[in-house]
Amino acid sequence: MGSLTVGYVVRRLGMFLLTVWLGTTLIFMIPRMAPGDPVAAMVSRISAQSGNVSNSAEMIASWRKRFGLDEPIMVQYVRYIYNASTFQLGPSLAHFPANVQDMVARAFPWTLGLLGLATLMSFIAGNVVGALLAWRRTPALARALLPATLTFTSIPPFMLGILLIYLLAFGLKWFPFSGAYDMGGQAQWSWNFIKQVIHHGTLPALAIVITTMGFWALGMRGMMVTTDGEDYMILAQAKGLHPSRIFWLYGVRNAILPQVTALALSLGALAGGAVIVEYIFTYPGMGYLLYDGIVNGDYTLIQGVVFFLIVGVALGVLIIDLLYPLLDPRITYEKK
Amino acid sequence: MSTVTIEQLAALDKTPRWNRWDSPWLNPKLIGGFLLVMFVVLLGVVGPLFWDVKLARVASSPLNLPPIWVKNAPAMFPPPDPAHPLGSESNGRDILALMMAAAPGSLRVGLIAAGLGMAVGILLGFTAGFLGGWPDAVIRTISDAVITIPSLAVLIVISSFVRQINIENMALLLALFAWPGPTRLIRSQVLSLRERGYVQMARLSGASTFDIMFKEMMPNLLPYLAASFTGNVSGNILAATGLEALGLGPTRIPTLGMTIFYAIRAAAILRGMWWWWGIPILMLIIIFTGLFLIAVGLDEIANPRLRGVQAK
Amino acid sequence: MTVTLNGMNTDRKTTSNATVLEVKNLRVHYATPLGDVIAVNGVDLKVFEGETIGLVGESGCGKSTLAMSILRLVQPPGRIVSGQIQIHGIDLIALSERELRQVRWNQIALIPQGAMNSLNPVMRVKGQIAEAIETHQVQRSPQELKERILRLLAMVGLPGRVYDMYPHELSGGMKQRVCIAMAIALTPSVIIADEPTSALDVVVQRVVAQTLLDVKRTLGVSMILIGHDMGLMAQLVDRIAVMYAGNIVEIAPVKDIFAEPLHPYTQLLLASIPSVKERKPLVVTEGLTHDLRRPPPGCIFQLRCPFVMDKCREVVPPLRELRPNHYAACHLY
Repeated sequence: MGSLTVGYVVRRLGMFLLTVWLGTTLIFMIPRMAPGDPVAAMVSRISAQSGNVSNSAEMIASWRKRFGLDEPIMVQYVRYIYNASTFQLGPSLAHFPANVQDMVARAFPWTLGLLGLATLMSFIAGNVVGALLAWRRTPALARALLPATLTFTSIPPFMLGILLIYLLAFGLKWFPFSGAYDMGGQAQWSWNFIKQVIHHGTLPALAIVITTMGFWALGMRGMMVTTDGEDYMILAQAKGLHPSRIFWLYGVRNAILPQVTALALSLGALAGGAVIVEYIFTYPGMGYLLYDGIVNGDYTLIQGVVFFLIVGVALGVLIIDLLYPLLDPRITYEKK
Repeated sequence: MSTVTIEQLAALDKTPRWNRWDSPWLNPKLIGGFLLVMFVVLLGVVGPLFWDVKLARVASSPLNLPPIWVKNAPAMFPPPDPAHPLGSESNGRDILALMMAAAPGSLRVGLIAAGLGMAVGILLGFTAGFLGGWPDAVIRTISDAVITIPSLAVLIVISSFVRQINIENMALLLALFAWPGPTRLIRSQVLSLRERGYVQMARLSGASTFDIMFKEMMPNLLPYLAASFTGNVSGNILAATGLEALGLGPTRIPTLGMTIFYAIRAAAILRGMWWWWGIPILMLIIIFTGLFLIAVGLDEIANPRLRGVQAK
Repeated sequence: MTVTLNGMNTDRKTTSNATVLEVKNLRVHYATPLGDVIAVNGVDLKVFEGETIGLVGESGCGKSTLAMSILRLVQPPGRIVSGQIQIHGIDLIALSERELRQVRWNQIALIPQGAMNSLNPVMRVKGQIAEAIETHQVQRSPQELKERILRLLAMVGLPGRVYDMYPHELSGGMKQRVCIAMAIALTPSVIIADEPTSALDVVVQRVVAQTLLDVKRTLGVSMILIGHDMGLMAQLVDRIAVMYAGNIVEIAPVKDIFAEPLHPYTQLLLASIPSVKERKPLVVTEGLTHDLRRPPPGCIFQLRCPFVMDKCREVVPPLRELRPNHYAACHLY
């Protein structure tokens, strides 16, 4: 397999840092450009809930000091970047005194599990379907039925999620419609718990897999057709190789490369879709945490969760980038 | 074996492309998708001529009516009323009128955002592809970074800070993230076309950069641009709907996503009021499927190998 | 000189009279929306043991299609319409897919035209040569296989380090020689070399051509060498077959064809070779090539032949032996 050159690794790391910095700066700057003051908004909400607050002005002032909102914006920015890079994301405004990083740490494994597994399954299933659709030797029956798996490609995952809840959870009652585990359950490494997790996670995962599979299938079909036109396919046939060997080692093996690149590019969009799916299913991952923040006007929580999402996706892309030369021996030599 | 004369061949060459029986533009997927999208457009444009769109206002209709074809509605709902064929929801809005008011809005958001993204993409993509060197490196690096950032998440942050938003501003926000895709595509196409024979010929014969861009390259790029634009529209409608479903959309004008949001907030799923969220979802499915078919059809035109060809 | 390959004595005479490959009345058509294009129009060809036969003609005359048909590698929309292709008496067209796979590479090998892209980019050289061998022969040990591959590489003049390399790390000439090494790995009876030097620059061409010559001398395989460079042909082949628009118009030993080209098309081909020694006027042929969907009745070359007669427009001239071992299809004789 190809090897990693130092230059390549450095470039990819630089890209990772640039992406994280750019995203973080965006979510810092733009809200501050919007009118409105988060602390004042929060105080007004408190006063709406519990009656008049007499010393609201002093309260606002002290809270602003506490959150560092009274300092010039560049100072705030630098401090923010520094804190973010050490994963100190501050306390949650609504769930004070809970720390944002702790809340995210609890939610993160759920999102990683759901999104990670669903993406993996979707990628594998979609590419296999696409390859089979393009292969001459696929039986006609399969070729007629396979496109049915792609019918839901064009709808967003959360919409399919709603449909699945209505049909399978509400209607047929086969699956629960919310949460990651049964109510009152405790997180533990027992077989019972794992069964619950799988049971609860099926519908959200299904929503993601079914709607994203089609993208991979279509791309793979196109790539297999392109690969089939290459000269090395002719020589492979001339060598008398078995057709299945040609299919896997010459066809799929070459066609999968652009698909992996596409996977890296789509991680950002996939994360977004998963956020909304979690909200629909009340799945206790980062998506739901984000929704929690939106509803409560909890700006530090929102910023913290999105920061983690940015880092997570950028990290995922970095990992794929570093693994890619193992698949394509040409890549470290190319200067794009 | 059929035979054909030289004269017949010459006559065939003169027929305009879209009249030929084997013209690639008569792709069934393309036509089907186009019809679906036109249906939605017509619903919004022509529909209000036949139906009172003011019924989409809050408290303009009886509450919680099921659609007229529902036979055994649960007792908690009033019986269906022919005056509201698609039913109504718990704020008193007629669903049919709501669809007529909301569906075009969703399309508009997607079109504006994609249009902006495309314009920026063409500008940056051509610049990067043509000039090469450090402009190319800068543009490419930044667009790759922006693609990696989970756009929906950042849009959520931005929208949650902006209290009131209308369709145009929403489209502007979405355009922030809609430009890297077209930029990448156009840049790679320009890079590959730049080395083709006819472009080199144009350069040698002293054609200006502008001329080369528009007279030589653009015609060949059109199917890719159209397919990319369609995909972009679809993606932006998706993002807009996602934001709205979380409650971050425009509140003054009805949109499909906000309808779904209100439905979820009113626990319509659990109450069995499937028409409240189901019909907007159906509209969205029609829009997405239509756009998807158009994109696939355009893709097949751009890459003739995909038309019904089987690999070995 | 005795050279051993795979432990076998491979010293063979250059030619004998045994027929290794025989093509009988082969027709290959390409389907288009407006009718079939006739690429190969009823071709008969014999290849003898140990000989190298060159197949020349202009672009589009059907020589590549003919070669690909022998291996049944014609890609759709092309198809073999009728005819027989016999190797050691077995008709290839009648074989099932599985039987065909066994014959391929074992009996007939291919040196492809574009070696640039003919090697799988994600497999190392060792893997690609190994799979050619392992598909057809059971290997006793990995060590033996490795030694065999290294010997093959040495035979074509490649250094041993190529063994571990990927195709993109090799130059064009090296890739072509890897293809040659792969082709001779199973010592097939026939090797089809489809314009093996066309995509290379002149210096590398010479190296590859020399390799082919060495292979020919050492192994005594029969070769069908396709090309359009008559000068290169003259150095490598024993006989030359000239093709025009899907038909073979002349076959003869190489010296005879250069000394006395009988068919007008061959004469035109030879006349168009630039010469370093003499000044020749530029020969431009008049007339159009016919529509390949509707070949004219009679001689296939009638529209461009400077000596065309009435008989040529009606009767197809058969390929006849006009001089000893020298065949041509022309009514002039």
